Amino acid sequence: MGMAFSFILVVILILIVALGVLVPGLQYFFAVVVPYAALLTFLAGMVMRVLKWARAPVPFRIPTTTGQQRSLPWIKASALDNPSTTAGVIGRMALEILLFRSLFRNTRLELHQGSRLAYHWEKWLWLGALLFHWSMLLVVLRHLRFFTEPVPGFVTLLADLDGFFRFGLQGLYISGVTFLVAVTYLFLRRVLIPQLRYISLPADYIPLFLLLGIGSTGILMRYFYRVDVTAVKELTMGLVTLQPVVPDGLGMLFFIHLFLVSVLAAYFPFSKLVHMGGIFLSPTRNLPNDSRARRHINPWNYPVPVHTYEEYEEEFRDKMKLAGLPVEKEG
Amino acid sequence: MRDSRYIITGLIVFVVLLTFPLWSNAGKAASPPQPNLDTPAIQNLEQKQCVEATEYMRADHMQLLEDWRNQVVREGKRIYVAANGKEYEMSLENSCFECHSSKTQFCDQCHNYLDVEPDCWTCHLEPKEP
Repeated sequence: MGMAFSFILVVILILIVALGVLVPGLQYFFAVVVPYAALLTFLAGMVMRVLKWARAPVPFRIPTTTGQQRSLPWIKASALDNPSTTAGVIGRMALEILLFRSLFRNTRLELHQGSRLAYHWEKWLWLGALLFHWSMLLVVLRHLRFFTEPVPGFVTLLADLDGFFRFGLQGLYISGVTFLVAVTYLFLRRVLIPQLRYISLPADYIPLFLLLGIGSTGILMRYFYRVDVTAVKELTMGLVTLQPVVPDGLGMLFFIHLFLVSVLAAYFPFSKLVHMGGIFLSPTRNLPNDSRARRHINPWNYPVPVHTYEEYEEEFRDKMKLAGLPVEKEG
Repeated sequence: MRDSRYIITGLIVFVVLLTFPLWSNAGKAASPPQPNLDTPAIQNLEQKQCVEATEYMRADHMQLLEDWRNQVVREGKRIYVAANGKEYEMSLENSCFECHSSKTQFCDQCHNYLDVEPDCWTCHLEPKEP
């Protein structure tokens, strides 16, 4: 149900832009207004989401440990998985953000021979996720060649490395292929594993279909139904220099690609994709486990009126004596 | 908000990095490439028309050149029949450079703009600049 809904939604989006650009005058809307609005929504949405999280109180350490805590000197501590120092935390965050350490721990649970529980080694999700995210980063960085003039050296270097293999006379960007392969895997995984399919919502499928649409239009435009890239760069350079012009010769595929990217960017801060910013603010990952070494005082503490035992006894001593209760001080 | 200075620093870094194309190009005028078609051979043409239509050549010239290469090198065919029925010799150096005789004024204009480095020149000789 969720899948059909998401698929139809993305098809409708494609139809909107495909029919829209045929209307004279609407090309400017899809090539200039929509991308600007999407960028603004993306930036403002991300900032607002992160500031909202920043306001949430995190007074104490939340040690979800996966390794030995630092303790007595003769017990070997796990400095990266259960760090007690800032450097260790930076290491743990780097592992998490760059290599998806938590996902690497993924296991699959199955019953064997009746009721014997077994945990399986399951690295495919980790591998697919790693492949997808790194490909996406490379693809995004390579696109800087459309947004800079002259193109910075590192973009050229990336494109040269990425385009090591040839497709006809053109460089074949490996990251483009691995991007599509990884998104397809992440999609098929949701469809083919019954438990996963059961818990999947439209919010899980929509980003996947958008990414599939963006990736496939990109590949089609580069290798099969080419568009005039000089015109494309005229448009993008016009956008980034705030002097937008819509040149002739922007193909239909390009408009679909741009519109889907804009939709994804605008949808980003309000969807699960916002984990891009959220990962930095995971309290279980970004706080050192030093609760036993340092005392953490809740900064939001306010003075609470207390009634100590001494004061209690002072108040009720006579009554306690009468009732035969033991008291600490006589009179 | 005890960690706000780290979070806000991170946010600023994020926004600055993301808007890199905007501030690095700020104030510059976006000047599209101007490939120069003013060569003697083109001036002498009665009908100023490449082997195929301009829009096709702009988007698909790499495909055409690849087809030409495959036809000549692998099939041994040397005559290209264009969509309008005219015949051309499939040769980069003898046909293309006949008109587009300046690499810096023609090829490089867009290729540099888009940071594309075709490997034509690993086999072919660059035309002598007029």
